[in-house]
Formats: sequence, structure tokens, C-alpha cells
Amino acid sequence: MGMPMLIRAKQKGENTEVKVLVKHDMETGRRKDEAGNIVPAHFIKTISASCEGKIIFEGELGPAVSKDPFLSFSFKNGKKGDKVSITWVDNKDDSRTDETKIR
Amino acid sequence: MTIMNIKRLLIFFASVLSMCTLTSSVSAQDNTSEEIEKYRELLADGNPAELWELTGEELWYREAGPKNKTLETCDLGKGPGIVEGAYVEMPRYFSDVDKVMDLEQRLIYCRMMIQGLSREQATERPFGSAGNSSDIEALVAYVTGQSRGMKIAVAVSHEKEKRMYEMGKRFFYFRAGSHDFGCVTCHSGENKRIRLQELPNFMNVEQARKSYGSWPAYRVSQGEVRSMQHRLYDCLRQQRCPEAIYGTDLVTAISLYLAKNANGGTYDAPAMKR
Amino acid sequence: MKKIIVSLGFCAASFFAVALVSADQTDKEFEEMLESSLRSKGIVKAEEVLAQDDVQKKCSTSGVASAEDMKAILDSQLATIVYPSDGKYLGDWKAGEKIAQSGKGRRFNDKPDTVNGGNCYACHQISKDELAYGTIGPSLYQYGKIRGNSEEMIKYTWAKIFNAQAFVPCSYMPRYGHKGILSEQQIKDLMALLFDPESPTNK
Repeated sequence: MGMPMLIRAKQKGENTEVKVLVKHDMETGRRKDEAGNIVPAHFIKTISASCEGKIIFEGELGPAVSKDPFLSFSFKNGKKGDKVSITWVDNKDDSRTDETKIR
Repeated sequence: MTIMNIKRLLIFFASVLSMCTLTSSVSAQDNTSEEIEKYRELLADGNPAELWELTGEELWYREAGPKNKTLETCDLGKGPGIVEGAYVEMPRYFSDVDKVMDLEQRLIYCRMMIQGLSREQATERPFGSAGNSSDIEALVAYVTGQSRGMKIAVAVSHEKEKRMYEMGKRFFYFRAGSHDFGCVTCHSGENKRIRLQELPNFMNVEQARKSYGSWPAYRVSQGEVRSMQHRLYDCLRQQRCPEAIYGTDLVTAISLYLAKNANGGTYDAPAMKR
Repeated sequence: MKKIIVSLGFCAASFFAVALVSADQTDKEFEEMLESSLRSKGIVKAEEVLAQDDVQKKCSTSGVASAEDMKAILDSQLATIVYPSDGKYLGDWKAGEKIAQSGKGRRFNDKPDTVNGGNCYACHQISKDELAYGTIGPSLYQYGKIRGNSEEMIKYTWAKIFNAQAFVPCSYMPRYGHKGILSEQQIKDLMALLFDPESPTNK
């Protein structure tokens, strides 16, 4: 739900470089708002990336990662035109998937 | 689980955390600035402001309001629908309203006139917060992003623009309130900082250009894209001033004063700041 | 004289000839702009802020305040100094450090019962260990150690905190005592932070 992820996948020689900007509040559950009430925890638990259906990256984020996370990674055996898909699941069991094609 | 990539992620975040550790002697200033610069370079690649720019673009082209229109006919000063290069010429005089407007005032106007929103709707939630994002900030991010790399060039040629500039300048030096603060208190000395935050000296052209040319910005401490309206709103709050009513002329006047002094600088926003 | 006044002399930044309106019209236009753009919120009342006092009026200039104005400010502000009722100038430096660290108070998001801070570290270096200090004002590190604690020095420092413009017209330092930002006890605690040999400022 919410703003889409910004995914860029570029083929550089043998490697595909992927950069992902995720919109997510990543609340730790320890912060207090102006009124002094705890802001409930709301953070991405897992994030995974796949290329043409094959998983190429899996990560556990968690409350230590700050708001609007940015990830950057690369992998081999991808080529231009392949579909790269990113999915995250958060602690409220909400999830989102966005995809792009490798340029 | 790909160990290699997790490791990379952890190294990335560890280096970010270590950059934030301040471990210097009494002459902390240079050392700290260097470290902050390194941190910025590291993060420049993933400026979350881009998410706002994309959302803003979507909003610009989305039919909305009772009139069910897009903002494609909105005239930001260079003709209806011309977004590229519009921001660097603002604030400016608009003959259709016979007054000077900054970008946000003009967006309010377009959203009301073209899309049929009420003023209340068009000025709703100008500053976003966690879980409650602002359409206005997204639109601002989009429009300003379309001036990226261009020279700041506010004309200040129309009579009303000149008067607005004078008003802004006058306010810059206006000492008031509980603490006798004016903009000048923090922004007129060379090489000053408040706590560890370096303060741009607006009497210095290069610093004025760099400072004005980097707003709006994704503010890491706020987790939001913040516009000039917000920056000035917050400055005024810390100055022990009353609340700046959103979309009114004081902020426009100050913006015009700052923009003119920054003329010739390269506009490089939306940027990223602490 | 401090360079506070010198910085006002950056009138070289003036870009424009002023428009062909009278000074009165400009004043009126300026007032109207402020009134229509600012509104009271929380503990900050718009009318109070917009009504500048005599000192603020004299100091709101892009040039340098005139010699007469400067003298008038020094005289009037010196007359506002109120020394401690019981003749005791030093309080508790630990409390003083807290006051120096806190930037709260007098903002529209501060509550009516918020205890005002001095926010001294925003502009000054003070203790040895606090590295997050500003440079708008001079360093106060080793203040008491360097200056000693003669009656004259103690009284001068008190007056400076109470009303900095008794010594520097148009100073950027808030007039903590005169404007009621800090209480007598709070100023005593800040004095201890500066003068007490046990204070980390003098270590």
C-alpha cells in the first residue's frame, strides 16, 4: 500500500545493478509522539527481489533500518529486458510488490 | 539468504552509523563537516525525494476536484502547462491575480481555479508526517525537480516584485519577539554554526546560492520532503515568532529576497539534508 | 564593540533602489503583511511579537544603528539590570548545565508550563566535554578560570546574562533576565556553570 517503490535495474557488463527506494515509515515502536504516546511499530520485516521469477536477493530489515530505506545490490545472469520484481512484507502483514525491466 | 548481499547491506549501514559518530577535539567543525559531506555523498544516490517527485508528477496529471481536471493547464509563469524551468523564475508576478506568488501559492491557485477545490481543500496538509503524506509536498517536489540544473533567475522587474523584495529584505533584519531574533541573528556572519549545524551566511553570494538552490529537500530528521514554506515556517517557530499562516505573503516575501540574492546559482534540488 | 554591529554593516548586499513610495506607506504595507501572514498560536501572541520595543526598532536596520541610538540602547538596557535579591550570585552548576543544554521555551509549540532553557550551547562552547556547540558567540570555555571571580567580574557576567544589550547594542544574545526568559535562580545556576571551579567549564 502507499507510494510505489522506485526500482532501477541497469545492466553493466556481466552484472545487473539494482537500486531500490522504498517508501515506508519504519517506525521502531519506541518513539513517542508530541502528546507523549508511543508510536506503534510499523516496519518492513523482509524484502526480496527476483529476476524472471528466480529469487536473487533476500533481506531482513527490521526496526533498526530507518525511514524510506534505500537498497543497492547487484547480481549476475540477468539481461536487458528481464523483469526484476521486489516484494516487502511488514510487521502488520502488509506487503507490496513493484517491478521493473532491466535496462 | 545471500550472505554477500546482507553483508554489503550491513557494511553500508554500519558505515553510515560510524559517519554519524562525532569523535573530535575542540576544533570539531572541519572534521565534522567532512564526515557529514561523506555521508551525504554516500546517500546522494538514494535520495528518497525522488519518490515524492514521481508522486507529484502523477498528481499533476491526475484528474481531480469537482471539475475533474488535471493540472496540465496550470500556468506557473512560463505559459500554461510549462513546468520545466518554471521554479527558478519564482516567486514572480502573475497578472491574472495582480500579485506576486511563490510556487505554493500558485499551486493553491491552480488547484482552486482549475480543479475547483475550495481554499481549505487546496491548503490541506501542506506538511506531511509519518503515515500522512502531503500532496502539496509531492507537487512541489515534482515541479522544482523540473528546474534541476538550471540557473536561478528571478526577475524582480515588475513594481510589485520590487516591493515584495523590499518587504522580504526588511523582514530579514526585523528583530522581534521574546528573544529579539531576526533572520540576521543566524544568517549574517561568516563561518557560524548553531550547535553543529553550519549556517549559510546570506550576505555571501555563494552561500546564498547553495542554500537557496538546495530547497526543497528530503530532510532525514523529518523523513519528509520539505519546501521553502516549511523551512521558513520552522525558522520562524524557532525565532519565537507566531505561526506563519500557510500560503500567505510573508514567506513569499522572504523567499523572493533569498531567491534574488541567489540569482545565477545552479538550482540543485530536491536535495537531501539532515 | 563587538562585531555584531559590524555584521549589520553588510549593507553592500543592497541590490535595489527603493520604489517610489513614501516611508509611511512602506511601514504600513510591512505591518499589513505581517498581520495577515502571522497568527497567534499556543503561548505566542502575534500582537506581542509584532509590537517591537524601542530596542528592537532601533536594531532592525540593514545598516548600522546610529551612534546616538547605540548610546541610548546601552543606557536604557543597563538600567534594566536587576541583581539577585539576596546578594548571592552562584547557584548549582549541574542545574546550570541543564539550562545551557535546553533550547525549550517561548515557541508556539512549547506548553505554558514548559521550563525555559537558555540554549547557551546553540551559540557558545562552554564545558570541556560538550562538543556539540555553536560558534555564533565566543567560546566560554574556562570562563571562570581565565577571568577570575572578582566582584566586578561576577556582577558584569550577571548583567551580561540578564541583558546583553547593556554592553553590546543590538547584540544577538537574548536578554534573558529583562525579557523574563530565565528566572533569577536559573541565572544563578548558569553563573555557577561559568564560575564554579568544580564546573566542567573550568576543568
